[in-house]
Amino acid sequence: MSDTDAQSVFFMRDTMLPQVPPPAGQSGPVRWLRENLFSGWFNTILTICGLIALYFLLRGLLPWFAHSVWTADTLSECRQIIAAKWGPDATGACFAVVRERWTQWLFGFYPRHLYWRPVLTLVLMFVAMAPVLFPGVPRKLMIFSAIYPFLGFWLLWGGSAWVPLGGMAGFVLGYIAWRVLRENRPLVGILVAVVIALLWWLLLAGPVIDLFRSIAPLAIESVRSDRFGGFVLSLTIGVAAIAISLPLGIALALGRQSDMFLIKTLSVGFIEFIRGVPLITLLFTASLLLNYFLPPGTNFDIILRVIIMVSLFAAAYIAEVIRGGLAALPRGQYEAADSLGLDYFQAQRLIVLPQALKISIPGIVSVFIGLFKDTTLVIFVGLLDPLKGITDAVRASIDWKGIYWEPYIFVGSIFFLFCFGMSRYSMYLERRLKRDHR
Amino acid sequence: MKKTVFFGTLTAAGLAAGLASAATLDDVKARGELVCGVNPGLTGFAAPDANGTWTGFDISLCRAVAAAVLGDGTKVRFVPTTAETRFTALASGEIDMLARNSTWTFSRDTDLALDFAGVNYYDGQGFMVNKALGVTSAKELDGATICIQTGTTTELNLADYFAINNMSYTPVAIQSNAEGEQQYLAGACDAYTTDASGLAATRAAFATPSDHIILPEIISKEPLGPATRQGDSQWNDIVRWTLNALVAAEEYGVTSANIEELATNSQNPEVKRLLGTENNLGAMIGLDADWAKRAISVGGNYGEIFSATIGESTPIGLARGLNAQWTQGGLLYAPPFR
Amino acid sequence: MAHAVERPKDTFRLSMLIYDTRYRSLTIQVIVFLLVMAGAAWLVDNIIRNLSALGKDFDFGFLGVRAGYDIAQRLIPYSQNSTHAMALLVGLMNTLLVAVLGCIMATIVGVMVGVLRLSSNWLVARLMTVYVEIFRNVPVLLWILLIYTVFTEASPAPNAFRPDPQTGEVTKTLFLGLFAITNRYTAIPNLQFEQGLGSLDLGLFSLNLTFAAVVVLLAIGLYVRSRIIRHATAVQHATGKRPQTWWKSLLVVFLPTILLCIALGAHFDLPVLRGFNFVEGLNVSNSLMALWLALSLYTGAFIAEIVRAGILAVSQGQSEAAFALGLRPRRTMNLVILPQALRVIIPPLISQYLNLMKNSSLAIAVGYLDLRGTLGGITLNQTGRELECVLLMMLIYLAISLVISSGMNVYNSRVKLKER
Repeated sequence: MSDTDAQSVFFMRDTMLPQVPPPAGQSGPVRWLRENLFSGWFNTILTICGLIALYFLLRGLLPWFAHSVWTADTLSECRQIIAAKWGPDATGACFAVVRERWTQWLFGFYPRHLYWRPVLTLVLMFVAMAPVLFPGVPRKLMIFSAIYPFLGFWLLWGGSAWVPLGGMAGFVLGYIAWRVLRENRPLVGILVAVVIALLWWLLLAGPVIDLFRSIAPLAIESVRSDRFGGFVLSLTIGVAAIAISLPLGIALALGRQSDMFLIKTLSVGFIEFIRGVPLITLLFTASLLLNYFLPPGTNFDIILRVIIMVSLFAAAYIAEVIRGGLAALPRGQYEAADSLGLDYFQAQRLIVLPQALKISIPGIVSVFIGLFKDTTLVIFVGLLDPLKGITDAVRASIDWKGIYWEPYIFVGSIFFLFCFGMSRYSMYLERRLKRDHR
Repeated sequence: MKKTVFFGTLTAAGLAAGLASAATLDDVKARGELVCGVNPGLTGFAAPDANGTWTGFDISLCRAVAAAVLGDGTKVRFVPTTAETRFTALASGEIDMLARNSTWTFSRDTDLALDFAGVNYYDGQGFMVNKALGVTSAKELDGATICIQTGTTTELNLADYFAINNMSYTPVAIQSNAEGEQQYLAGACDAYTTDASGLAATRAAFATPSDHIILPEIISKEPLGPATRQGDSQWNDIVRWTLNALVAAEEYGVTSANIEELATNSQNPEVKRLLGTENNLGAMIGLDADWAKRAISVGGNYGEIFSATIGESTPIGLARGLNAQWTQGGLLYAPPFR
Repeated sequence: MAHAVERPKDTFRLSMLIYDTRYRSLTIQVIVFLLVMAGAAWLVDNIIRNLSALGKDFDFGFLGVRAGYDIAQRLIPYSQNSTHAMALLVGLMNTLLVAVLGCIMATIVGVMVGVLRLSSNWLVARLMTVYVEIFRNVPVLLWILLIYTVFTEASPAPNAFRPDPQTGEVTKTLFLGLFAITNRYTAIPNLQFEQGLGSLDLGLFSLNLTFAAVVVLLAIGLYVRSRIIRHATAVQHATGKRPQTWWKSLLVVFLPTILLCIALGAHFDLPVLRGFNFVEGLNVSNSLMALWLALSLYTGAFIAEIVRAGILAVSQGQSEAAFALGLRPRRTMNLVILPQALRVIIPPLISQYLNLMKNSSLAIAVGYLDLRGTLGGITLNQTGRELECVLLMMLIYLAISLVISSGMNVYNSRVKLKER
């Protein structure tokens, strides 16, 4: 008995079993399907619904895309090609219009031989932003970033180089005045700097520029604002507005945090007013009302008027983003600055703002994305935005009358690439900044 | 001035900007170009081509004025204006003159601070419908859906017409002629209403124009004309008399082809005064003697412009009708040049 | 070693205005005040001079003048003989209509998509991600135009629903016998009352009594329901058992309203094709449909992200703790996760509502006559009073925004973590 018992209990495998693949239902694609698509009745229904939706979407769109025509001169020719190739009932996209007119969507009516200028401006913009975006870049480049707005203006609009140089001179003069005075009288220094800069711009700049122009014109071919259109216009308005609104937004954010009742009230009032009205009403203000607010007879370019209003609009949103950045700074930073004996401006400049701005970069990027998308609204004040303005202009020619989907798809995909890219980048920044803080 | 304006904006929101003087003529001369507010896209009247060059009936008037004032018909900047922004653009000084098939009405002339400088096209509001609808008269449009541009006199006329005839309708508001065309062709409205000339221009651009008919009823008077800012009578005179010169030139048989010849050896005193070989009329409006000659040479006289842009030989195919010379039974009647 | 520094004498020097922190803020405020006043005076002076140069004045009297134009969609009685002020009201109602409809739809879409993006279903989660990214990263104007074009270009004309004159064959029929999507409007059944209560003329506009009665009944029902719930909670606190309330709630909220509707002979009028168009039913214009759908889908994508972030913000430990306490999944959701997630979700959600309301001004792209279309569009153009019209329009939008955001502030202060 004990023997048999021993026999039966003492079983020990002395050979490895060959490896057997897991049961069919627990491995490979089947398992993946079960886990990810058909776990439970609810998920199964969802999957089936999703598949049906996908099927209908693709059934409509795939042939249309597959039958697309890229070379044709007119819409009717396009339709003929599709009918000849795929049968009379076939539908197909006519992307020939994109091939034919894509420069118009990108550059508007910008002179054809000068296309390099907006492109160069765009490339230089990345150079100018490099010190802000990448920590490894030498600080010297900051000087280029400071010059860039004037350089970009000159490249886009052309004309004499003395005009942007004269504009820049105001800042330089103000800066010098501030450097000289800041040792003993910091506040007076700021005041004097502002006054000197204003005096220069208002009184001296005009004649001085004229003088230099008469000596050496230094001019490149000038391009009038009404030639601007398409993505050149969108980017110009978007980038200029963000650049102008940053300092304004910082001032408003600090004003909103201030202890001074009047300044706080004004800042809050301004921010809430701008955030409370649609952008389109501000654009109407730019096109209809701005002339009422300025001295009689003053008149300037609608693009500049739009940039001014869009900058004010962006400033309110940027102010809120920066306020978030300021609030996210630990209290200790402020206290540390105070305990070092720094005054308000020193503390803001050396300790608070550098950190707050860094935290705010992702927020600023998303404000920019929103603004960039909103630049399409300028069509309603008569500027040629890429989405409706240029598309309508293309459709106005008899060749492309009645083409609707293809332009929208083309413009939409460019917007998507821009905005999606930027939002991904801002997410990456956010992750990187988070790591820095730990 | 352009530079300081531009520059001033960058510096202190226009503080440094040169204050435009009250006289538009001086501004235009100083600027070296005429700024003309036009329709952003109405085939035949004003539309840019692929290169951004503008052509059309209204455009030709702007070019004639530019030629008269600046001596060069190409020195014009065309500012596309919507129906809603056009008068403000003019009043604010953004544009020097408006040539955008705008109807001359009492309230616009008085209340909106505009001065109309005559009529360059006598028009009336009509309806276009699809032939398949089987409608032959506007009186049969009861209950119809009608596409109509907002911000124009047409919507007021339409409301009045249907109220008078005790009919009902559903308005579909559209922003531009292009949009109206799209809506109408897609069948989103039964009828499209605007000025009869606009209807013809729109229909001409259709793939099959013959499928659509313009109903015989003309429900309003639409004298379309160029306008200038109120309170600058000199400038208004220039635009008015440039237009008159084009009209008179046709009456006297002055064309772009024979203008040089007539300028030297015409015996007709009226023609001589028009072309500035006798009596310097130009000086009275602040221009030189051969202002009218230049204006006419750009695109020809009124008849030439008409037939080149919207006349029967063009796809638009408008007949002269009311816009014939008074001698031909039309309404065009230029006051004498003396 | 060092002598105690003498306390400086309390004499006042001019430089103290800048360098003494006691006075500095006052100085700065005074300077800013003067600058602001000077700026304002400059602006007002410019306006006055510009107006007089144009021979215009600043006068809202035009609001009382006959408007003279027609508006296709109106929620309150309006005709071309009404005043511009009435046109303004019609436009305002249209703005609010599309904003409210849009907010409801966007919330539904956003919550569904946000939850589905977190679902374990691979396909659906991916599809939802694609939807969110595509809609977020393209201008809303494009969606409005695109959906509008879908309606006008890809849907049949009302005529297509007519039987073929030769064969008598009906090619198109109403969807479910109730709806017809045409290239002009979407015809939907219309709620009608056989014996309406008429309307009460209130001078400025008339009040539809039937509508008012339904609203009042619903409000009373909701109030009674809240009393029932409060009572139930009190009973629960006292006895530990919660009486069933759901059927009582349903009863008090809906029964009176349904009874009233039956009493008044409520029925749906189905759309019928007659003449040019569908009649009897309610024809919702495509401009409204396109605007509504585009705004909802666009804002929905943003709300989906907010909802997702809100749910992810509640840490895993919370639900684990709830399970450890023996709460069932549904109660865990209701009592633990949702209250915390909502605290994260609601503030950005409200600002999305605000955005949607402001974006509704893009109605201009499809010719939907909202506040901008009437006051800031046709009225402005017919009267030429751009200063008055644009300022008034901004003020109205601002007022709506402030009402919404003050609602948010009330909510925020109610759900704020009570810190000790």
